[in-house]
Amino acid sequence: MSLPEALRRRPWVGWVLCAVALALLPFLVEAGLGRTWVRILDFALLYLMLALGLNIVVGFAGLLDLGYIAFYAVGAYLWALLASPQFDLHLPFWLLLPLGALVAGVFGLLLGAPTLRLRGDYLAIVTLGFGEIIRIFLNNLGAPINITNGPQGIAGIDPLRLGDWSFGRTQHLLGVALPATHLHYYGFLVLALGTMFVCIRLQDSRIGRAWAAIREDEVAAQASGINTRNVKLLAFSLGASFGGVAGGLFASLQGFVSPESFSLLESVSVLCMVVLGGMGHVAGVVLGALMLSILPEALRHVAGPLQQKLFGQVLVDPESLRLLLFGLSLVLVMLVRPEGLWPSPLRRPEKQSDEATAAD
Amino acid sequence: MKISRSAWKFGMAVGLMAVALTGYGKDELTVVRVGQVSPLTGNIAHLGKDNENGARLALEEANASGLTLGGKRVKLELLSEDDQADPRTGTIVAQKLVDAKVVGVVGHLNSGTSIPAARIYSEAGIPQISPSATAVKYTHQGLKTSFRVMANDAQQGKVLGEYAAKKLGAKRVAVIDDQTAYGQGLADEFTTAAKAAGATIVTREHTTNNSQDFNAILTSIKGKKAELVFYGGMDAQSGPMMKQVKSLDLQAKFLTGDGGQTPEFVTLAGDAAEGAFASSAGVPLLKMPGGKAFSDRYKARFKQEIQLYAPYAFDAMNALVAAMKQADSSDPAKYMPVLAKLNYSGVTGKIAFDELGDIKGGAISLYQARGGKWEYLETVGK
Amino acid sequence: MLVRAHLSIFLQQVLNGLVLGSVYGLVALGYTMVYGILGLINFAHGEVVMVGALCALSAMTALQGSGLPGFAVVLLALLLAVLACMALGLAIERIAYRPLRRAPRLAPLITAIGISILLQNLAMILWGRQYHSFPPLLPVHTLHFGGASISTVQLAIILVSGALMAGLLLLVHLSSLGRAMRATAENPQVAGLMGVNVDRIIAVTFAIGSGLAAVAGVLVSANYSVAHYYMGFLLGLKAFTAAVLGGIGNLAGAMVGGVLLGLIESIGAGYLGDLTDGFLGSNYQDVFAFLVLIIVLVLRPRGLLGERVAERA
Repeated sequence: MSLPEALRRRPWVGWVLCAVALALLPFLVEAGLGRTWVRILDFALLYLMLALGLNIVVGFAGLLDLGYIAFYAVGAYLWALLASPQFDLHLPFWLLLPLGALVAGVFGLLLGAPTLRLRGDYLAIVTLGFGEIIRIFLNNLGAPINITNGPQGIAGIDPLRLGDWSFGRTQHLLGVALPATHLHYYGFLVLALGTMFVCIRLQDSRIGRAWAAIREDEVAAQASGINTRNVKLLAFSLGASFGGVAGGLFASLQGFVSPESFSLLESVSVLCMVVLGGMGHVAGVVLGALMLSILPEALRHVAGPLQQKLFGQVLVDPESLRLLLFGLSLVLVMLVRPEGLWPSPLRRPEKQSDEATAAD
Repeated sequence: MKISRSAWKFGMAVGLMAVALTGYGKDELTVVRVGQVSPLTGNIAHLGKDNENGARLALEEANASGLTLGGKRVKLELLSEDDQADPRTGTIVAQKLVDAKVVGVVGHLNSGTSIPAARIYSEAGIPQISPSATAVKYTHQGLKTSFRVMANDAQQGKVLGEYAAKKLGAKRVAVIDDQTAYGQGLADEFTTAAKAAGATIVTREHTTNNSQDFNAILTSIKGKKAELVFYGGMDAQSGPMMKQVKSLDLQAKFLTGDGGQTPEFVTLAGDAAEGAFASSAGVPLLKMPGGKAFSDRYKARFKQEIQLYAPYAFDAMNALVAAMKQADSSDPAKYMPVLAKLNYSGVTGKIAFDELGDIKGGAISLYQARGGKWEYLETVGK
Repeated sequence: MLVRAHLSIFLQQVLNGLVLGSVYGLVALGYTMVYGILGLINFAHGEVVMVGALCALSAMTALQGSGLPGFAVVLLALLLAVLACMALGLAIERIAYRPLRRAPRLAPLITAIGISILLQNLAMILWGRQYHSFPPLLPVHTLHFGGASISTVQLAIILVSGALMAGLLLLVHLSSLGRAMRATAENPQVAGLMGVNVDRIIAVTFAIGSGLAAVAGVLVSANYSVAHYYMGFLLGLKAFTAAVLGGIGNLAGAMVGGVLLGLIESIGAGYLGDLTDGFLGSNYQDVFAFLVLIIVLVLRPRGLLGERVAERA
């Protein structure tokens, strides 16, 4: 009774509670579920950044992109090449992160420019092709001149480093031991929150409204004076730069990159996060990203014991069931909530009026 | 129909075992967990399951024979995880095994997952023996916990390249790989060795590990008058590829690595398999003491043929158990130094590691497909 | 002499491309029919191809000892596979797409991906993880001409795809069912007002597309002598690319796109290395194919033959 009351009067109390909860989360998770889950959280935060980046392209501007993982790959390889024994370069993170964003952004322009005239599913297949092209190049730039080591990948990548604080091993702060997984969690959390903030601000900005206009009706947007070319290119390159940052962080966390991490299926799963959560709605996308990165891992723990409980024995190998259940849940969620789990409250009226005009 | 029935049987067996084990419970058994990781879903899931089976058989036999470490009766428990051949999932399951306090890991199957996972095992001080990761880099990361029981690409590629140029007398050689870490790595090492032995590489072609149609690259090879075609990749591609070699009337010998030395290759290629050459690491199973018995027990236990790496997974698990026995402890810190110096006779050959964790000696055996079977030719190296 | 050798290699590459392309075209028909009517990419279509192949394999294995003559076994297995896939296609439409017909455009895309994952893993449980060897269906002979060769199975692929394609075109353009299909594709609401049972037409479209997928699955497996639960993914992707290349929604476009993609792939893989003096090789075959696709789409944003399709943004 008194807590909601206090929250209404002092909104900052809520923020402080959230901050404390987020700060304690890795310790609680480790105590309750084990360190694996902190690592899963690390990846979930990376996917969150990816999904938010893709949401700019798909959700805000309405451009279907099936090759988004290419930008993640560009960011990851940039970090791997500039901070590993590969060329014996070891640039610091504060240089690598902006550089990753920049280079991925340029690649975003590279994809955007030739595809401006394409719409809908034609755009989807071209972006898909672009994603594959990037992956194939990474896979083959091991010869004749060795740049990426080809399918062997690049190992021994530097971890994030703040001064002489390496995120790669356990550090002690005020007597508390912080293992690598926890350190990465905090680092990623800061960047993920930053990404969310930028996205929310973008949505309410002039550019955000221009994107919405293009998404709803490109011809009308153009007629009302929006420079659709520039605005679309901006969506591609901004979305791409988020992916580039996430890619760099992925390389630093894994310490190893190889082209097999950047397959088409990864693009598809990031798209699923965006659509399942609620396209165009930042909170929904966050929910979708967290759910879909955690669900397959949760099913790992569920598939066996669940059968044991239902049938008294394990009938089907739990590992075979895991992805099956994942597919099933994608279908069910969409059937029950076609707009996504947590759709944007703003978009619904638009949608209805859309249908009203269609019926006219 | 057949599948569901065997699933029932399997379920019953598991149930009975569970009952049997609860009966044992009163005997104060200490449970010690050992991990196994391989892709159990995706396009090489059949090989992943094969690895799991190999490791499981070794573990069950160790349990059946009764294991006592440090004066306590010990029961080993297998935690088998699916890494989907994906590096990211690979590190997650590695962490999961570390959390579950496994004392050792057999895996992963692929180099791409073994390499990033190795860092996690190393940090936790848990020994990892891969039965099948052959990328040279895996044991070259400076980690004390990484071992493998299979010859690496450099060892195998060298033998294959020399064999092609000297024994098979091929002067004009075409090389194909599947653009994976394994296939490309092996093909590169083969190329280096074949050139050094005096052969000319007339072309280097590529396919993928999902492809079925190789007519275009084979036609191109035909135009280059190659005398021998080498393929770096797995049986699911090399089988159909062999068939297309014959139907295009490409007059060249066919040689591939351990990924093709499988019953599957012969089944998929059918009559076209006749005359193909392939290698495999170690000594042929049936030549080893206990090899035939192992293969029979595998068939009896899992109702299927050995696919590919099961004997290596079996040896990897047995090497872990042997080291634990010698050290009289399942504590990784205590038995790992013993493991590094182990000298154990496995079903694939002698298991002993060099200072990097690679298998010592690394004998390679060669085979030729004759009458629908792989016939043993010879063993090169020690 | 040398010229003739080069010519025969080139002829062989063209034949390789034709065989590959016919298969792509046959699968692409399924994508394009559904897209033409619903404006929806049926991502699960590749998996239907896989189910068709594996069903036929099971049927043939079961009928092996029945004493029926070989060709009867093959035809019966093919028929069973077609029926099974038709049922599967109908079920997919009913469960995953029909409830979402008025939902946002990307919702059915996600259910399609879900169904695709579901079918793959279901097939893995039912048929196992191993690669199955698939019988050649026909007595295998190799025909030689002009220094190139083609097997009976490959010839059958080209002929069967061509015949099915022609049949489908006749059906769509001459029968009353076809007229109803075209009307639904043009405008479902108006077609409904004109007395067309739109639900039934959409269901029939799915059934036909899935039946074609089953035939494609059987032909592909017979040609490469392999069937596996993972075989649908890459094939589906290539066929989808072919459908877009030809102009998605256009039947003839699917076949043209398929054959073109097949030719691009085999010529690309065969000559890329020689043309660039070994700098780029067959590893860039897909890059080459996608680049052609991008160039075609930049010049003709609706694909090669896709002019008639209405905008569905």
